[in-house]
Amino acid sequence: MALLQTIELKRYFGETRAVDHVNLSIEEGEFISLVGPNGAGKTSLINVISALLEVESGQILFRGEDITRTTRTERVRAGIARSFQLVNVFDDLTTFDNVALAIFSREGKTTHLAKLAHLDHAVTEEADTVLSQFGLAAKRNDNARDLSQGERKLLDVALAYALKPKLLFLDEPTSGVSTRDKGQIMDTIASVVRGEGITAVIVEHDMDVVFKYSDRIVVMAQGTPDEIRNNEQVAMTLLGSADTSAFARKD
Amino acid sequence: MSQISRSAPSIPMLLAIGIPIIIALGFLPRFIGLYQTELLIYGFTFAIAALGFNLLLGYTGLLSFGHSAYFGMGAYTVAFIVRDLHVQSMELCILGGVLASLVISAIFGYVCVRHTRIFFSILALALSQVLWSLAFKFFWITGGTDGIRVPRNRITLVGGLFDFTGSGAYQRFVYSYYYYVLVIFLIAVVIMWIIVHSPFGKALQAIRDNEVRAGFVGVPVQRFRWLAFVISGTFTGLAGALWVPLNGLTTPDILYWPFSGEIVFMTVLGGFRNFAGPIIGAISFNYLKVYAVAGSQYWQLVLGSVLVVLVMLMPTGIVGTLGRIARMLRRG
Amino acid sequence: MDTLIIQTLNSIFYAAVLFLIAAGLSLIYGVMRIVNLAHGTFYALGAFVSAWAVGAVFGASSTGGLALIGQLLILPIGALAIAAVGAVIEPTLLRPLYGRPEEYILLVTFGLLMILDDVMKLVFGGTPLSAGSIMDGMGSIRIGGLLYPAYNLIVIAIGIISAVGLWAFIYRSRFGVILRATSQDRRMASALGINVGRIYVQAFAIGCFMAGLGGAVVVPAQAAVLGMGVDALILAFVVIVIGGLGSLEGALVGALIVSFVRTAGIQFFPEIELAVLYLIAAVVLLIRPTGLFGRA
Ligand SMILES: Nc1ncnc2c1ncn2[C@@H]1O[C@H](COP(=O)(O)OP(=O)(O)OP(=O)(O)O)[C@@H](O)[C@H]1O
Ligand SMILES: [Mg+2]
Repeated sequence: MALLQTIELKRYFGETRAVDHVNLSIEEGEFISLVGPNGAGKTSLINVISALLEVESGQILFRGEDITRTTRTERVRAGIARSFQLVNVFDDLTTFDNVALAIFSREGKTTHLAKLAHLDHAVTEEADTVLSQFGLAAKRNDNARDLSQGERKLLDVALAYALKPKLLFLDEPTSGVSTRDKGQIMDTIASVVRGEGITAVIVEHDMDVVFKYSDRIVVMAQGTPDEIRNNEQVAMTLLGSADTSAFARKD
Repeated sequence: MSQISRSAPSIPMLLAIGIPIIIALGFLPRFIGLYQTELLIYGFTFAIAALGFNLLLGYTGLLSFGHSAYFGMGAYTVAFIVRDLHVQSMELCILGGVLASLVISAIFGYVCVRHTRIFFSILALALSQVLWSLAFKFFWITGGTDGIRVPRNRITLVGGLFDFTGSGAYQRFVYSYYYYVLVIFLIAVVIMWIIVHSPFGKALQAIRDNEVRAGFVGVPVQRFRWLAFVISGTFTGLAGALWVPLNGLTTPDILYWPFSGEIVFMTVLGGFRNFAGPIIGAISFNYLKVYAVAGSQYWQLVLGSVLVVLVMLMPTGIVGTLGRIARMLRRG
Repeated sequence: MDTLIIQTLNSIFYAAVLFLIAAGLSLIYGVMRIVNLAHGTFYALGAFVSAWAVGAVFGASSTGGLALIGQLLILPIGALAIAAVGAVIEPTLLRPLYGRPEEYILLVTFGLLMILDDVMKLVFGGTPLSAGSIMDGMGSIRIGGLLYPAYNLIVIAIGIISAVGLWAFIYRSRFGVILRATSQDRRMASALGINVGRIYVQAFAIGCFMAGLGGAVVVPAQAAVLGMGVDALILAFVVIVIGGLGSLEGALVGALIVSFVRTAGIQFFPEIELAVLYLIAAVVLLIRPTGLFGRA
């Protein structure tokens, strides 16, 4: 059984067919790259699967269960986490508190209001581990607002990772980061994610990165599969590759 | 913007600062006389109200312009208990006042947290005015604009250990009530401090910073806002309950929306981005208002100007500004 | 039957005044996304200024047709004065705060409310001030067996004219187009070369003018008293919450709803008359947050 399966998933914005009857199947343990030109609907697909946007029609199955109508929080609880293309963290909390909150939430401890957060040693240690995995240990006590763009991006990913999800969507984790830091960030993410056996779907424009890290590539674009195969932009991005084992059908 | 807590708070350091302050507060009435002692009690009660209010504004990011409702609910409940049930024990009165404000803030909060920003503020305000108009119109129950008297001699403290009849009752009342309120105030501060430093408190701050992401790390945003609202209203209700015997009278004025504005004022005066801000702000506001009223017929002009200047020039309030000055001194 | 007509007229009179206040509040919110807590106080100030001007120019006891016309012409001075106050306040007190969280605007206008309350006390004294000579001078008309003050009908007419005028101004004039463009997208408007700063000060002044006009027209019928602004603000809130924040039609319909509910309330359920209004506002906000006419 696929870990996640979408069936004829649809979400339009007026005339824009952002998510157009997408049938996507993700197997447990895969590291998938989701590619496609700007505006292809990659972010929208993640938004629909993570319940940021409502589904118009179609179905989402997670471990065989229909989760199409569940809320955001329920999907997080079920084990679906995501990061954001545009950094989305808690600006006035410290880097440490950002990550600690995700861990508290995962452990069901956010309802504890008579215990001091920083005295929970299990959570504190884990948060510090996550921070050093992502190379953020030195910025532990800085507010997220004061981090560099690259660090904020990493923190965004760390927040999703700290939830220890079964399925993790990373929406352009290296966008806005210098090419020099890009490889380092991707190495970090790949090692952390593979180390935990997390199934990951990563949106990425840099094809070097895509080919280096992913098991499978999913292409999203406007049009029928034939049009997409002949699409210049898609062809360009995939130049030199025959490894396009799956197409997100959009017709 | 200055920050609520950058790194984990150090409890020994807090005790090192807190214990001398508590001891000083314990001896203070010996030196400052009856009237000043009374003013300080008022300051403590408002500080509890502002502390509760700031759980919403400073920590959850919701500006309530309706907290008069919970303060008034606490106050009126105590007045009813004393007048109609002839209960003398202040502890029972407080229990009643706290429960009543808990119930009303649970109901009002359930409605209000469906919105944020300005809509939340207006909704909170509209609901608080329902209570005000009822207190105003049902005069055969509430005494209308005359309010309800709560004579001190009808009240006993600590299970009847202290009563206030006979000669020198007023003086005895002020001095014993000072310690009574001080203890409750300190307990309230400790409880609130624990709440804002708990995992729950962190979740509230996350909601304040970014409610969308809070949802995506699994925080049930609306339910937590509601919980924060209830805790906040209950604290403010406790403040109202403690305020009544001191004032000796409760009137619809404390349910009217400008009083909500005063609670906001206190909090911003101290600085809503700091735990201690509302405490300092409430005590300062009380002095400011008392002396403005005593000094001039046009005290509102004075207070209003202070508020305008504050917002324009010192948006982080007294504590935030002092913190900034301290940091500047340390650096240079 | 006669009383029914009178009650209806009273409701419409009251709705006209409320509409003026609420439309100003709503216009300011619609264009600038700010809520002015001093708006009710502007209404009170308008009433004081008009009453004072009428009294100062004509004395308390002047009578006769010419004096009456003169007094009517002087009445709008309150509205103009408030527009001027608004034109001073927006650039000095509000503009520096636009980049900051919206709480700060609420607070500054709350401070302004306190200041203006005392300024009125300082300037006009604590006693009620009225322009009742206008009301008396205009006499009454006979409705069935009952007398009804003719002046109230003028207020109703002013309410209607203002509604139509404002509508034409916003939906038919060039300025209205610019105003609406600015309210929809501030940055886009300024990219198109619209001077947003000037639009803001004008919109704010017009909103204040409306509040002042409400005060000016009410003062011959009801004396200006301290504290009238604070009550009026909350009723205006109820009106625009019901009608929809930022909507002109909403302000009109909201004002009518509030006035009729109030008149009925005073008649049939006086104890909970106000409570019912606040509850209506709360219920509307809950089930239709954008009000009856508002857009998201
Ligand atoms: N909330 C929205 N409202 C209206 N249109 C939207 C919305 N979100 C996305 N769109 C449109 O849907 C289309 C798909 O956008 P989406 O952000 O999903 O693309 P993407 O593949 O993530 O592109 P990019 O690589 O630039 O991030 C675009 O045309 C976009 O303008
Ligand atoms: Mg995208």
